[in-house]
Amino acid sequence: MLDRSLINKRYPPISFDVEKQRLRFFAKATGQTDPVYFDEQAARENGHPSILAPPTFLTVVGHEQEKPYKYITDLGIDFGKILHAGQTYKYYKPVYAGDVITMESQIVDLYEKKNGALQFIEFQSTYANQDNIMVAESLATLVAR
Amino acid sequence: MKKLNVGDELPELTMRPITRTILALYAGASGDHNPIHIDQDHAKKFGLSDVIAHGMLVMSYLGQAITNQVKQSSITEYGVKFSSMTRIGDTLTCKGTVIDVRQTDTGKWLKIELKVIDQNNDEKLIGFSKIALSKS
Repeated sequence: MLDRSLINKRYPPISFDVEKQRLRFFAKATGQTDPVYFDEQAARENGHPSILAPPTFLTVVGHEQEKPYKYITDLGIDFGKILHAGQTYKYYKPVYAGDVITMESQIVDLYEKKNGALQFIEFQSTYANQDNIMVAESLATLVAR
Repeated sequence: MKKLNVGDELPELTMRPITRTILALYAGASGDHNPIHIDQDHAKKFGLSDVIAHGMLVMSYLGQAITNQVKQSSITEYGVKFSSMTRIGDTLTCKGTVIDVRQTDTGKWLKIELKVIDQNNDEKLIGFSKIALSKS
């Protein structure tokens, strides 16, 4: 049984420097072909101040911490049983190389299906830049099988 | 996108087949070091025959099918549900169809229905995106 008292549990903010090298590495790893995502000059020629972070890059922020899955182990779930069931982003402002992103997260829902055989965790994050402007929100749905 | 009518399709985007190297690179680039994606011994311990691809890698591929057609800054929402596991050797194709077009005071909005399938036509994820064409 999932401990529903952990719904709304918040996790400490994480600060992340969006570096050019990391964006280039991410572009390479994802087979990106559009140079605005890895070439600074191409980004500028297309009206961007620097290399643009692609839509799913914010996933990196959550992983760059000591225990990225503390919210799962807090629930007493074996991390090896976890699968990613869904992911949604809402975007408000672009993210560029040089930005400093602060992520704040919380568990927003816990529920079960198939008489408890599948346990679902919904984990929401907000992302703000160095000007304290919210750039995006995400909702990750994880399932323990 | 050139056309903006309901039923119009995004050009399909087919990626190179998934390899262990791709998953290792994505683990490093994303910071997602979950061994289920990079360590076959670990995957077997949890009842899988081999490593599986990161869902977020597949979502990233599909994102490229969108940003290849519209400016990223016009994407206001992008969401997916993962339907099945992606394995080594799978060749993924990203697809999208415009399912709604609305003209509002602030400009034109599109809703696109999205899907990723493999070489056997098995669905890997379904998704959607909202695009605001009024934004730069």
